[in-house]
Amino acid sequence: MSLDKYLESNFTDTPLETILNRRDFLKMTGGGILILFSLRDISFAQGSHSLPDDFNAFLHIDEHGSVTCFTGKIEMGQGIITSLAQMLADELDVSLDSVEMVMGDTDLCPYDRGTFGSMSTRFFGPPLRQAAAEARRVLITLASEKMHIPEKQLATDDGTIYSQKNSEQRVTYAQLTKGQKIRRHLTEPVSVKSPKEFEIMGQPVNRRDAHEKVTGNAQYAGDIQVSGMVYASILRPPSHAAKLKSVDLSDAKGVDGLQIVRDGDFIAVLHKYPDVAMDARDKIQAEWDVPKSSLNEKTIFDHLLEAAPPGNTIASGGNLETGERDAESVIEQTYLDGYVAHAPMEPHTAVVQFDGTSAKVWASTQTPFSAKEEAARELGIPADNVRVITPFVGGGFGGKTRNLQVQEAAKIAKLSGKPVQVAWSRSDEFFEDSFRPAAVVKVKGGLDDTGKISLWDYNVYFAGERGASQFYNIPNHRTKSYGGGWGGVPGAHPFATGAWRAPANNTNTFARESHVDMLAASVDIDPVEFRLQNLSDARMKRVINTAADNFGWKPTKSSPNTGFGIACGTDAGTYVATMAEVEVDRKSGQVQVKRVLCTQDMGICINPEGATIQMEGCITMGMGYALSEDVRFKGGDILDKNFGTYELPKFSWLPKIETVILDHQELDPQGGGEPAIITMGAVIANAIYDAVGARVVQLPMTPERVKAALGS
Amino acid sequence: MRETVEFTLNGKKVTPVVDSDRMLLWVLRTDLELTGTKYGCGESYCGACTVLLDGEAVRSCQMPMKYVEGKEVITIEGLASAQKLHPLQQAFADHDALQCGYCTPGMIMNAYSLLKTNPQPTGQEIIDGMEGNLCRCGAHNRIVQAIQSGAKMMSGGE
Repeated sequence: MSLDKYLESNFTDTPLETILNRRDFLKMTGGGILILFSLRDISFAQGSHSLPDDFNAFLHIDEHGSVTCFTGKIEMGQGIITSLAQMLADELDVSLDSVEMVMGDTDLCPYDRGTFGSMSTRFFGPPLRQAAAEARRVLITLASEKMHIPEKQLATDDGTIYSQKNSEQRVTYAQLTKGQKIRRHLTEPVSVKSPKEFEIMGQPVNRRDAHEKVTGNAQYAGDIQVSGMVYASILRPPSHAAKLKSVDLSDAKGVDGLQIVRDGDFIAVLHKYPDVAMDARDKIQAEWDVPKSSLNEKTIFDHLLEAAPPGNTIASGGNLETGERDAESVIEQTYLDGYVAHAPMEPHTAVVQFDGTSAKVWASTQTPFSAKEEAARELGIPADNVRVITPFVGGGFGGKTRNLQVQEAAKIAKLSGKPVQVAWSRSDEFFEDSFRPAAVVKVKGGLDDTGKISLWDYNVYFAGERGASQFYNIPNHRTKSYGGGWGGVPGAHPFATGAWRAPANNTNTFARESHVDMLAASVDIDPVEFRLQNLSDARMKRVINTAADNFGWKPTKSSPNTGFGIACGTDAGTYVATMAEVEVDRKSGQVQVKRVLCTQDMGICINPEGATIQMEGCITMGMGYALSEDVRFKGGDILDKNFGTYELPKFSWLPKIETVILDHQELDPQGGGEPAIITMGAVIANAIYDAVGARVVQLPMTPERVKAALGS
Repeated sequence: MRETVEFTLNGKKVTPVVDSDRMLLWVLRTDLELTGTKYGCGESYCGACTVLLDGEAVRSCQMPMKYVEGKEVITIEGLASAQKLHPLQQAFADHDALQCGYCTPGMIMNAYSLLKTNPQPTGQEIIDGMEGNLCRCGAHNRIVQAIQSGAKMMSGGE
């Protein structure tokens, strides 16, 4: 699959139901949920590759009883190092402590398209559980043959199989397998546990990587040092689309021990110390042809509207003309959203060790199997000769799906003949990041004479489709998306754009939920009440009602400048409702978020502790795009180069955060890494409106924009 | 100019031969092979590179080696004793006060320094003291809780 196609899938959100509608392979049985092996061939999650049918590809039991779990997924903080281990341990019936995770190693792990889209638990979880359940059943069969006891009399506990009639008669998994691959397989599919049978799944478990991470022992790609390795610093143009006119390397060449490699405009300086390489890069005198451009963070929106291709209708019903004619009132509004950086604390990093025929790569990547292909292409060797190892990844958020730094390291390794580490500086990171695309949303909403929404004409430009379709009961509605999501169309964005945590959905939820709030305010109906009146979706009503109960909607204002907001939405199969309290300084326009409560229906929750942490992380990160994060640029030059001007949420911003995960055992696990971030823009916008009557229609809601809205 | 810079690192004397204008961060990570201290921004904005210099939290990315001469440096690798985590490290683990973990060493070292000068800080004092350390994953509230509970454990004589 081409890289374009591959990344595009980041921008669509495939709920599990879509896949499960292929009911031929999913049947409910009395004992639990029966998932046939064909679930391993989920085309969306896996692309053209299917997961292996052999459970040995997912797990290995060594001669001491330690169990290794192999997954192409990677750990970037989202916590699947814990939740996937819980799934395996529970289904195999071993202790959680006995499970070791091997993640994102392309030689050892089954193929995986990448860790994004809140898909690990949803789509890798079922086949992993299935593999573990099958392995357990096979072990029982092997034990039965060894002990001459009928299978029905055998039970398992913590890696041991014993006779239920005489528990003295027992054999451990390790004794049965002796560390060897298990050759036996079942011919019939086996049931995985029903939620009632869970012993380890569903329990809150602390992070299993905490010890390594608090001691500094956890290794990230930048911590990998191989013999003879040099650190590379790459000359970056001052602006995207700039072409190198001339270059003077003489000052850089004077640096002791420096090696310079060049391939056209690509120039890298190499040194055994990274800081010396970075300093040497600054000594390169380069002249560039920089194409003139009038684009900046203010003019981009008009440009995007001009650049937009015809839209695709992604949802519709009734008739817009009828809706408009019959509406008692109509409100139209345009919403704007700027470019946002991923800004993971760990910049993109890769180490490539190449011996001329094969290569070993360590990369901070969300897509190790694509990195393997990309490194191979750059090195000119078959992909089978490349092994990518993914150490801990220091945050990804969608930004590490594109492996530019891997390609750079591979190129330099080939040019220099040395093992190379490319670790982007923070300014490299801001320059080469694939930002969340700037976007425009135009919404026209109408109300009938009973205060119900009767018209919804929704047009989103360049954010993407995820989260665009509305879920209210609206007789006449149409949702159109223009220009797709991640890369837009040629000429749309002046630099790379890409998937950013819950792609498209932050922008779409901001626009939709702001607009619904405006409609409610226009008829003076409480925004929670208004939403409930216009909803029939039981899951959505439940998350809203739960949020209202827990928040105490609507509390009394503690000061004339405080206000309360609500926003709701769906992402990755999960339903979210968020309520917030803010305080607005009318003079400065500064917004302080005082309290955020988020309720989430994510189906079965594998690790409530991990899911809670993800919700808290989403809420905190979401305050950034809501209030301060906006990449400033001039033409192709990124003006924000570090955290001095690009402000991330800080300790002093932090509200009281409350999270509620609804009990929903009848639904398979849904996404958890992204959903809670989607509502943050809208919930704060709506709370600001409640506080001071100012409607801010552009993200981020900086003090200047809040002040402007107050004045209008 | 390359010269021997002698200092105490996690309780042991070290004598790397380095250009004394180089920053401590890179000497720690490369010459001395202690990679727990992280690069995040290179300009003191993020705090991922925080270490203790004579007991005070400093940004090692902006600390030239010439100012390290004769001093005592403690990095994240120097906090735990043998197999036992320092109470602050234990508190971070117990509270799940981390996600990707990349900012964690800097957070812990900054908090350690904070508690040295103020063993029983209020929540607001912790927030003020940690304001310059960035975390992108959003573990902030848990970090504050971990520091509070680490402070209790430390004052309990552990």
